[in-house]
Amino acid sequence: MELRFTDEEIAFRKEVRAFIDAKLPKALREKLAAGHHPTRDDIVFWQKTLNDKGWGVAHWPVPYGGTGWDAVKQYIFLEEMMMAPSPPPLAFGTSMVGPVIYTFGSEAQKKRFLPRIASLDDWWCQGFSEPGAGSDLAGLKTKAEKVGDHWVINGQKTWTTLGQYADWIFVLARTDASVKKQEGISFILVDMKTPGITVKPIQTIDGGHEVNEVFFDDVKVPLENLVGQENKGWDYAKFLLGNERTGIARVGISKQRIRKIKEMAAIEQRGGRPLIEDQRFREKIAEVEIELKALEITQLRVIAGEKKREKGKPDPASSVLKIKGSELQQATTELLMEVIGPHSAPFAPEEPGSNEPPIGPEWAQTIAPTYFNVRKVSIYGGSNEIQKNIIAKAVLGL
Amino acid sequence: MDFDLSEEQQLLKDSVDGFLSDTYDFESRKKIAALPGGWSPEVWAKFAELGILGLPFAEEDGGFGGGAVETMLLAESFGKHLVLEPYLATVILGGGVLKRAGSAAQKAEHIAAIAEGSRTFALATTERHSRYDLFDVTTAAKKAGASFVLDGEKAVVVHGGSADRIIVSARTGGSRRDRGGIGLFMVPADAPGLSRRSSPTQDGTHAAEITLSGVRVDADGVLGDPEGGLPVLEAVADEAIAALCAEAVGAMSELTDLTVDYLKQRKQFGVPIGGFQALQHRAAEMFVALEQARSMAMFAAMTAATEDATERRALASAAKVQIGRSAKFIGQQGIQLHGGIGMTMEYKAGHYFKRLTMIDTLFGDADHHLAEVACYGQLVSAA
Ligand SMILES: Cc1cc2nc3c(=O)[nH]c(=O)nc-3n(C[C@H](O)[C@H](O)[C@H](O)COP(=O)(O)OP(=O)(O)OC[C@H]3O[C@@H](n4cnc5c(N)ncnc54)[C@H](O)[C@@H]3O)c2cc1C
Ligand SMILES: Cc1cc2nc3c(=O)[nH]c(=O)nc-3n(C[C@H](O)[C@H](O)[C@H](O)COP(=O)(O)OP(=O)(O)OC[C@H]3O[C@@H](n4cnc5c(N)ncnc54)[C@H](O)[C@@H]3O)c2cc1C
Repeated sequence: MELRFTDEEIAFRKEVRAFIDAKLPKALREKLAAGHHPTRDDIVFWQKTLNDKGWGVAHWPVPYGGTGWDAVKQYIFLEEMMMAPSPPPLAFGTSMVGPVIYTFGSEAQKKRFLPRIASLDDWWCQGFSEPGAGSDLAGLKTKAEKVGDHWVINGQKTWTTLGQYADWIFVLARTDASVKKQEGISFILVDMKTPGITVKPIQTIDGGHEVNEVFFDDVKVPLENLVGQENKGWDYAKFLLGNERTGIARVGISKQRIRKIKEMAAIEQRGGRPLIEDQRFREKIAEVEIELKALEITQLRVIAGEKKREKGKPDPASSVLKIKGSELQQATTELLMEVIGPHSAPFAPEEPGSNEPPIGPEWAQTIAPTYFNVRKVSIYGGSNEIQKNIIAKAVLGL
Repeated sequence: MDFDLSEEQQLLKDSVDGFLSDTYDFESRKKIAALPGGWSPEVWAKFAELGILGLPFAEEDGGFGGGAVETMLLAESFGKHLVLEPYLATVILGGGVLKRAGSAAQKAEHIAAIAEGSRTFALATTERHSRYDLFDVTTAAKKAGASFVLDGEKAVVVHGGSADRIIVSARTGGSRRDRGGIGLFMVPADAPGLSRRSSPTQDGTHAAEITLSGVRVDADGVLGDPEGGLPVLEAVADEAIAALCAEAVGAMSELTDLTVDYLKQRKQFGVPIGGFQALQHRAAEMFVALEQARSMAMFAAMTAATEDATERRALASAAKVQIGRSAKFIGQQGIQLHGGIGMTMEYKAGHYFKRLTMIDTLFGDADHHLAEVACYGQLVSAA
């Protein structure tokens, strides 16, 4: 048992930090720290910067462009990025479809897609959920039929994050309706420019536009865009969903937000004194910090155990990390709401064209929208209720 | 002990509920929110016609003599329909100061104007660093003969952008956080030296930043004792808290109903999700939180007239704590149990969640009032 990072790991952290300091523009960093969303261009710029350094897909196997770092280094790397904060990597490419393609895809698919994922020349989005298939993902209805040398896809996906920018979408589609629902699903790669695809925005309660509905109306896709075997898509989907283990707890994001809470609580006042001097408020921060430390150690235990883990085997760890991680992300946004108090009220529409700034301190503008928006983290990626079902069933045998 | 409504109270409730059910559906509300100022003069005129703008004023002042229970009934209905009109700002806050501190002449003029719907008000108390302390006032009121000259800035003044008159708390003496030396001044919105900038707020209402530079207020704009405005403000705030508690209960009960209906309709895994016990228990917890809140909203209304100011304030604080706690739980779970659909602007649940969140920041959040109760409260008296 040894909790400390090795000298080499500490040196590595310094290297990552120095790289970020040198390459991440101050204005972008400040914008993200203030809680604003990165634009498409911000995300592309940062991914290309990382990729030029050879860090674009650090966690991939070396032959496909990975770094060969062990799990601890991967963790340090991700944490530094979250704490900077830098634009997040586009998970749909680097963490979701990329690993599916290099694990189950054809050689042609690997050649064609992997480099463009690493460089973010292709923007990917995730076409899993449907209006009728959320938690019951395997209940999906979007259909792909083989007609000549094409799949013809009909149906609807929804909640498609950042689909408005996407060049490609990976779709789970029903290719056999006569078997058990999990056994008739295929994993298909679809060019968003294909005729018959319509993207419609969904506005979220914070006023932002990050999710979309995607409609498929007789969309013709070459047969070769099927990943792996027909009707094995559910296996690949479960692989994909269980794959994002090191980042899922978002410890770095919560740490960064706690820093912001302390910084802002030094400016805002209660009882005529800086809020940060208020004992009750300090205790509230401390409660969250303690839980976050526990989560961080849990995260590190998972990472340390990674070497011994049987690949592809379901592991309760991701559910623990997801539940606690999302709760703590939400708790930090609640504390920020408390810091800013009545000044959380003014609403600044994100749409361009609204050039009149809202009333109140500039830094307060993102706080309530972030609080509203972050309610999503206990819903998406397998809701917290579903994660608890998984723990109860798969771990506890209940 | 009687928690039942009188016949007149039931009539009032039915007429307001009926009017809002007929005219204030979600789509109409969206259109109203998009109007300049974010509320509808047409609805306001109808409120005047229904007699509710004059409701909480004494008959001799031109009102209908309603009490806290009547206000509670109205506010609960407003909460159910997410009403955007400036009832709180004009009737409870503006009117609340006038009825407590106004001279006979001031009351005769302004309360009549409120009741007939021809004049709106806003109450400007919050400053950049005052948080929820009504006595934390830096805006200055300097005496100049029989008049006063106001200088300072007020923040997040609810409906301050559209109000015809703004009542400002300002310091006539003492230092920043003294309880004495605070006056209340009524300023026409177009007074020279007053400038204001308004934004929509998270919940679809509007709030303004108000700057006062050398604003002259003559004797007819001074409300009550220019040194002793704080007790008036605190009484008004307690009435506002009672109204906000009731409004929150209206919103919570609708959100709970909406969620329970959704659990019955939404199918996943081939069954209504309301069949999953984890969700049944969550919905049951929402119901418990709602009933606790409802009780405290009634308690706030029934104790609003408590004579001893310290006791009254502690009771109002206790209600606001319970409302804050329940509203947070019901708001968050209302979204969670809807899944993705709860996160969308198109759907009503999120709007209840946002209004409930904002109610917590009006006149003190749960944490602020918890400290008040801990300091002054005697909810369980010593043996
Ligand atoms: C902001 C956002 C971004 C998203 N991005 C994407 C994306 O890019 N691509 C994509 O494919 N999907 C995306 N999703 C969809 C997301 O994965 C689903 O919302 C999620 O799976 C839940 O499904 P649902 O919304 O249909 O809710 P439902 O499944 O209808 O759930 C409603 C409620 O019932 C609960 N529930 C359901 N089943 C059970 C059970 N068995 N036991 C106990 N409770 C249960 C849920 O936890 C929830 O509280 C996104 C969602 C959001 C909100
Ligand atoms: C967007 C998303 C992300 C996910 N991420 C992960 C992840 O990272 N890691 C991971 O391990 N899993 C994850 N999951 C869960 C996983 O992919 C499957 O959804 C889960 O394993 C259930 O598989 P299934 O569809 O075969 O459902 P089923 O085996 O049919 O059951 C699914 C759930 O519904 C409940 N259920 C089904 N039918 C009934 C019924 N009649 N009565 C009561 N309860 C019922 C079960 O208790 C169970 O919790 C995620 C799910 C989604 C939707």
